[in-house]
Amino acid sequence: MLHNLSRLSRYRGLIQSLVARELKARYRGSVLGFFWSFFNPLLLLLVYTFVFSTVLQARSPNADPYALFVFCGLLPWTWFATSLAESSGVLISGGNLIKKVLFPAEILPIVSVLANMAHFLFGLPILAFFLIYYGRPLQLTELVWFPVVLIVQLILTLGCALLLSALTVHFRDIRDILTNLLTVWFFLTPIIYTWLDAPESIRPYLNLNPFMHLAVSYQEILFFEGPFGHLKWMLVLGVLAIVFFLFGYFVFDRLRDTFAEEV
Amino acid sequence: MHAIEVLHASKVYRRFSRKRQFATLKSAILRGSLIRDLKPDETFSAVQDVSFTVPAGRTFGVIGRNGSGKSTLLKLVAGITKPSAGTVRVNGRISALIELGAGFHPEISGRENVFINGIMLGLSKREVASRFDEIVEFAEMQEFIDAPVKTYSSGMYMRLGFAVAIHVDPDVLLVDEVLAVGDEGFTHKCLDKFAEFKRRRKTILLVTHSLGLVERFCDEALWLDAGRLKGMGDPKRIVGAYISDVERTEEQQLAAGDAKAQESTLTVSPDEPAAAVLPDHPIETGAAPADMFRATEGRWGSREVEITDVMLSSQDGERGHVFHSGHRLDIRIRLRAPLPVDDFVVGVGVFNAEGICCYGTNTSLEQYRSERLAGDAEAVFTIDSLDLVEGTYKLDVAVHKLDGYPYDYHRLLYTFRVKSRTKDVGIYRPRHRWWFSGNIEVTRVEGDES
Repeated sequence: MLHNLSRLSRYRGLIQSLVARELKARYRGSVLGFFWSFFNPLLLLLVYTFVFSTVLQARSPNADPYALFVFCGLLPWTWFATSLAESSGVLISGGNLIKKVLFPAEILPIVSVLANMAHFLFGLPILAFFLIYYGRPLQLTELVWFPVVLIVQLILTLGCALLLSALTVHFRDIRDILTNLLTVWFFLTPIIYTWLDAPESIRPYLNLNPFMHLAVSYQEILFFEGPFGHLKWMLVLGVLAIVFFLFGYFVFDRLRDTFAEEV
Repeated sequence: MHAIEVLHASKVYRRFSRKRQFATLKSAILRGSLIRDLKPDETFSAVQDVSFTVPAGRTFGVIGRNGSGKSTLLKLVAGITKPSAGTVRVNGRISALIELGAGFHPEISGRENVFINGIMLGLSKREVASRFDEIVEFAEMQEFIDAPVKTYSSGMYMRLGFAVAIHVDPDVLLVDEVLAVGDEGFTHKCLDKFAEFKRRRKTILLVTHSLGLVERFCDEALWLDAGRLKGMGDPKRIVGAYISDVERTEEQQLAAGDAKAQESTLTVSPDEPAAAVLPDHPIETGAAPADMFRATEGRWGSREVEITDVMLSSQDGERGHVFHSGHRLDIRIRLRAPLPVDDFVVGVGVFNAEGICCYGTNTSLEQYRSERLAGDAEAVFTIDSLDLVEGTYKLDVAVHKLDGYPYDYHRLLYTFRVKSRTKDVGIYRPRHRWWFSGNIEVTRVEGDES
């Protein structure tokens, strides 16, 4: 397993060009092209803002301006959710490569996670624009933690993606289960509401949700004023993410030889 | 040094029952059989205990019938699948031409795909760049290289895939029946490229159905049959053994087909002579299926004289279905007349697969006057030299009255194959020779192409 993991670095160039291809191919032929990377989250943002601050008037004093607050959590969530949804099917749709070319299969889920990360990064300028527009004070001391949170999310997402992609080859139902699971997961994560708005009694349960810590961290760094209080949780999650990644890779590696026959 | 070393390699594919196919993760967990369900119910050995070594710089051809495990063997050597038992070792960089253009993305241009495909096959970006022009020129794709791959014709797609794969400059080249890419010209180019590989002492493992290519091009041939290594060695010898084995199988299939055709005719009881039935109102032959290939086959007649058996044999007298062009063919017709008849004609017709009558004759046309037929009898029609080109032929055998009233008419019920090492065309092969004189020079190539 470790041997295979170290071998991955040899495929840097391939991963790089496949991610580039993925990004190019996705919007090839559409008129607006890359702008969809911006429009998709923007549209979602508009809908949530309209529903929760105009229709329901459920304006929490903690989350003001609401659009900015939602955006801080929505952007990383989209990366996470889309990566998982895509990578669950990626070995099956890339079956040709696995069956006919000598090709390390883990590259496929990795590429889909990285391509979605690129979309996430493309969304950041919009976020920056909003931050400036609302005149949010950003503290450099907090901002340095942003890359750390990003890397923790990357490792966690990679772990999930490897695990899911390998298991889906054997259990195709996972794709459908996952679609539903992600919807539930979204609402169980403080993205469209703040963690502070959740009743005291259920907060311990929310703590069990790994993505909650990522969302809260992004919100604390970018949105809330005051020190990055969630740092401790973040570091624990970082360790867990690495363990989970290794577990995901272990399962993937064990099932590797079955892919060529099953996809 | 060995380029490829395969020791007792087996590959077992797993087959799952219906139950397993519809199992879900949930049900697997609920029944606590997650691990057990990952175990197969049934196995299928695609390759069984195959051992061989290919010394560096040699060209090996792998032949065998469909489903004999050739492609699986190639995948094992390529490292795409792992052997279930045994070991496979390959020294040097491998390029496998198994599926051309696998991994091309339809939406992006040929140019970008060449780069990504090249990198996938193990080149660096710089290496692809330095070979790019050569690849495009080889694929004859200069005009279209910047168009998206989805707009390519299948030939263009394959050519580009082939060009990339061949320019990886491998030490070991694995080729799986991909020479059917593009037109004659391109095929020649591919063969030239293989020849160049050979000159440069690269190792080639070639899976193909083109036996001529194996004989001409390979240093050694491997013959796989039902997953086992059935023979290995001199290409001519192995190809010869393979061809005669294929003939034997064809023989068995034709025999089975004949048995079926004749069985269907037996549904009409031989004991009750049917009332006069004219050829345009044939008796239903029961089991004869109504598909277009059999539409004209059948049996009819009054059975006042019955054809009880038709046997094809070559000079050895053994019943057979596969004959060699130029050899003898006997058609042995057993007849039975329950009551004596004095008006009868025995006829034979040979048809090719397109239904064209190659030859037809009967006893009356050849000036035999019928005198008497009672009880069991036999008529033998001997063709001293079966001068037909290779192909499948069908026989009409009939006994009827001089005026055409049918006693027993067997229409296209007997099938035989004619084999030939010469791939000449047409129907009839006259006995012939070539003579050359003047300023012309020719040499006879040993072992015709097949």
